[in-house]
Amino acid sequence: MRKLWELFISFAKVGVMTFGGGYAMLPILQREIVDNKGWATEEELMDYFAIGQCTPGIIAVNTATFIGKKTKGILGGIVATLGIVFPSLVIISLLAGVIEAFSHLEVVQNAFGGIRVCVCVLIVNGVVKLYKKAVVDKWTLAIFILVTLGSYFLPISPVIFVLAAAIIGLLIKELGGKRK
Amino acid sequence: MIFLRLFWEFFKTGLFAIGGGMATIPFLYDISDATGWFTHHDLANMIAVSESTPGPIGVNMATYVGYITGMEVAGIPTGILGAVTATLGLVTPSVIVILIIAAILTNFKNNKYVGSAFYGLRPASTGLIAAAGISVIMANILPTTDAGMIFNWKGLILAVLVWVFSNLVKKTKKWHPIVFILISAVAGIVFSMG
Repeated sequence: MRKLWELFISFAKVGVMTFGGGYAMLPILQREIVDNKGWATEEELMDYFAIGQCTPGIIAVNTATFIGKKTKGILGGIVATLGIVFPSLVIISLLAGVIEAFSHLEVVQNAFGGIRVCVCVLIVNGVVKLYKKAVVDKWTLAIFILVTLGSYFLPISPVIFVLAAAIIGLLIKELGGKRK
Repeated sequence: MIFLRLFWEFFKTGLFAIGGGMATIPFLYDISDATGWFTHHDLANMIAVSESTPGPIGVNMATYVGYITGMEVAGIPTGILGAVTATLGLVTPSVIVILIIAAILTNFKNNKYVGSAFYGLRPASTGLIAAAGISVIMANILPTTDAGMIFNWKGLILAVLVWVFSNLVKKTKKWHPIVFILISAVAGIVFSMG
C-alpha cells in the first residue's frame, strides 16, 4: 500500500514539473525515478521511454504505466498512470472554469486572438521537428504528402490513416526487402 | 449519454494517436467536427492553455475538452466529471497496451515488425498533424474581418515574427513555448486581434 502511494506521489510530482511532455519529461523522470527512488536504472528508463514512444497514446503516460507495472505489478501501473494525470486534472479544471467565466471580455478575446496565431507557429515548428525524424526516404515522403492532403481535404477519420500507414509500412519493409 | 461518448472518443484518441502530445490534435479536430461539442476556435485556445500549464500536453487537452463538454450539461460539477471521463478514456488504451507488452514482449522496441509498422506510422502521424496545422492557419491567420483586406495582416505579421524568433534568432529560439504564447497574448491585446 505504501509503495502504491509512493508511486502515485512520485508520478504526480513528475506531472507537475513537466511542461509540454515528451522529451521535456526525461530529465525529471531521471531525477525522480532513477536517482531518488531507484525504481529503474538509467538504461531501463531509456528503454521504457523508447517503448512509450512506439506504443499508442501519450508518451508520458505510457512511460509511467511501464515503470509502475515493473515496480508494483498491474495495480502499480494503474496507480502510476493516475498519478501522472492527477495534476493536469486539477490545474486544467480550475483554469478552464476561470477562462470560461472571463471569455466574454474583450481583453480576453484579444489575448486569445494573439495566442491562436502563436499556436499556428508552434504546430508548424512541431511538424518540422517530427518531419526530420519521420521522413527518411521517398516512401515516407509519399506517405507524409498523401496523409497531409488526404486528411485536409477528405472527411476521413485519422484512425483510418493510422491503420493504413501501419499496414503500408509493414508491406514496404517486409515485402520490399529493404532492411537496414 | 454524453459521458459514455466522451470516454469512447478519447479512448479512440488514446489508441490511435501515436507519437506524443501533438499527435492528439488531429483527433480533437475530428471530435469537434463529429460532435460539435466545441469549435475549432475553442480548440486553438485549448492547445495554447495546454502548452502553458504543467503536465503532458495530450493529457491537458483531454482534460480541457472533457471539462468544457461536461460543463454544458450542468455546470462545474459535470465539468469536472467530464474532465475525469475524457482523461480516463485517453489513458485506458495506454494502460492496457503497456501492461500486455510488459507481460509478453521483453524486446518490443527491437521487434522487426514493430519497426516496420512505425516506418509507415511516423510520416502518417506527422502528416495528420500538418493537416490539422493547415486548418488552424486557415482559421486564424488567413481570413480577415476587416473589409478590403484579403488576409488577417496583423496575425500574419505576428506569425512571421514568432516563427523567426522561435527558429532563427539564436538567443530566443531556446525559449519555452510558454514565453511566445505570453508575448502573443500581449500583442493580441495591444493590437486588438480578438
